[in-house]
Amino acid sequence: MPTNDVLRDLHHQMVRARVFEETIQKAYMEGKTPAFDIAAGPVPGEMHLAAGQEPVAAGVCAHLRPTDAVTATHRPHHVALAHGMDMPRMAAEIFGKQTGLCHGKGGHMHLFDAETNFGCSGIIGEGIPTAVGAALAFKKQGGDRVAVSFFGDGAANQGSFHESLNLAALWDLPVVFVCEDNAWAISVAKDKSTAIANNSDRAVAYGIPGVLVSDNDVVGVYEAAGEAVDRARRGGGPSLIEVKTDRLLGHFEGDPQLYRTAEEMEALRERDAITRFEAQLAANGVMGGDDAQAVWAAARAEVDAAIDFAVSSPYPDPASALDHVFA
Amino acid sequence: MAQTTETQRLLTTSKAISEAIAQEMERDPGVFVMGEDIGIYGGIFGATEGLLAEFGPDRIMDTPISETAFIGAAVGAALQGMRPIAELMFVDFFGVCMDQIYNHMAKIHYESGGNLDVPVVLTTAIGGGYSDGAQHSQTLHGLFAHLPGMKVVLPSTPYDAKGLMISAIRDDNPVLYMFHKGVMGLGWMTPNPRATGHVPPEPYAIPIGEADIKRPGSDVTIATVSLMVHRALDAAEALAADGIEAEVLDLRSLVPLDRAAIAESVRRTHRLLVVDEDYRSFGMSGEVMATAIEECFDYLDGPPARLAYPDVPIPYSRPMEQFCLPNADTIAAAARQLVTG
Repeated sequence: MPTNDVLRDLHHQMVRARVFEETIQKAYMEGKTPAFDIAAGPVPGEMHLAAGQEPVAAGVCAHLRPTDAVTATHRPHHVALAHGMDMPRMAAEIFGKQTGLCHGKGGHMHLFDAETNFGCSGIIGEGIPTAVGAALAFKKQGGDRVAVSFFGDGAANQGSFHESLNLAALWDLPVVFVCEDNAWAISVAKDKSTAIANNSDRAVAYGIPGVLVSDNDVVGVYEAAGEAVDRARRGGGPSLIEVKTDRLLGHFEGDPQLYRTAEEMEALRERDAITRFEAQLAANGVMGGDDAQAVWAAARAEVDAAIDFAVSSPYPDPASALDHVFA
Repeated sequence: MAQTTETQRLLTTSKAISEAIAQEMERDPGVFVMGEDIGIYGGIFGATEGLLAEFGPDRIMDTPISETAFIGAAVGAALQGMRPIAELMFVDFFGVCMDQIYNHMAKIHYESGGNLDVPVVLTTAIGGGYSDGAQHSQTLHGLFAHLPGMKVVLPSTPYDAKGLMISAIRDDNPVLYMFHKGVMGLGWMTPNPRATGHVPPEPYAIPIGEADIKRPGSDVTIATVSLMVHRALDAAEALAADGIEAEVLDLRSLVPLDRAAIAESVRRTHRLLVVDEDYRSFGMSGEVMATAIEECFDYLDGPPARLAYPDVPIPYSRPMEQFCLPNADTIAAAARQLVTG
């Protein structure tokens, strides 16, 4: 069992991500009502939020150092924040501002950060090979850095997933593959897309450990990831972790979600991992009184400051679109 | 062309490439090579011959047939400060890994707002003429040059191949280094005397983005790349016998394209013929002609002309494939037509 400090930190990371995304969600809808116009408002473009999937990011990233490489997906916010990405500059990037991490050239699906060695890809499954390459570099460079790739259950049906696991296993690379199984590939349910129930079983095909965390439980993720990250750091090679997690929102904001019922969505909200974890922490005496509220309030203040920074920052010079094609 | 030694040391293009890689690997421990059959085999087209014996399997890494994984791994390793060279055996295989090439290798520097560099050299074999059919004979340089974010280099001689490879490895950008099978000097291809040439033993860099006049002339500019430079030189010899002096301009890279050199040559010759082994439409030939029209229209005696691969998949049977490919005779005829009207 993690220490109480670790438990409180896991809770804090999940809450920060949730508050950040709830705030982004509101900002995203500005200018997009009554008629939804994806190009309108302060945050244009697609927006993929990860509410419900916070346990995966918090539980894994708790074991990482900023120098460890992380690749994430089109749904990257919870992972980026848990890995320590600067929230104001991340928010500014999402708002398309000059002060953003990528000076407005990346956007919410393409957050790249040298300081936390973080990258993501908007193409399903295609962030995985990059993590394998980071692990290859770490092995060549010596030391004990590791790479972690986050991807969804939809990505586990892509060739890139299988090619990457094979190569990482073949070369015994320090990489951890983390499958966030939220049961949906946009509108297609996992049992309509995937021939087996658990993607963690696919580890067998590559001779690497595969671990299933079945209940979107942050402590379960923390423990599984601890083992996998330690194994990679010690030179023990790659691992695959699958977490059965929940996507509380649509694939993207504005998704009418005709593919699932109001009852199903209500049931998901009722088993919200953060609420459950708070109850567990209270029952175990790790947090009491107003502790949880204080965490939410602190997260609120941090997020508000980040969003203020983003909103008040200038847009890039339009002609700077022509810069940075080449180094 | 700067030659720094008196003695003529002759190498094939493939040897020149492997020598460049070896010298950069000695200089920079971050350089390593990944690809299919690049180890004990030495690369199907010889670009990595001898490197395994010299540097061992940790730096000369045979990969599974898994282009998405190892090209993506090259991108990931480059982001961590390494300088990987990855070989896509035939450019025609891009279909199984293009996402890593154009959505990742070519875009991450830009998407990161210039904060991250991706110094990958992606080598690949191009070209036909030996009846390898529609899936193993294309050049496709126009396709890659169309997509922003990667340099596209096409050496035609052993000397250029070494200097451009050294520049490609030292470049902080992704560089697609496309070698034509017909310029490599392989013993199992149709003999090509132009595929062997003087290569200084010491390392030297040729800047990427500078065209080279392979043969000066005053009557017509023949702009081209790669194996078609050889064909154009053959054509220029035939034209000279007729009293027509053709200038053969080897573009050497499509990204960056040396537009100034194209314009400078056309201002002198007043006529432009573009020769391209790549498909005719929407590609290099149109781009070079547009450059001349935009930059030195008033100097042109008439419309620029092009000789390119017709817009058809590459046929297997010898007479059909040879019909489609530009050659010295068709190049000379097209140039003659431009000059004599």
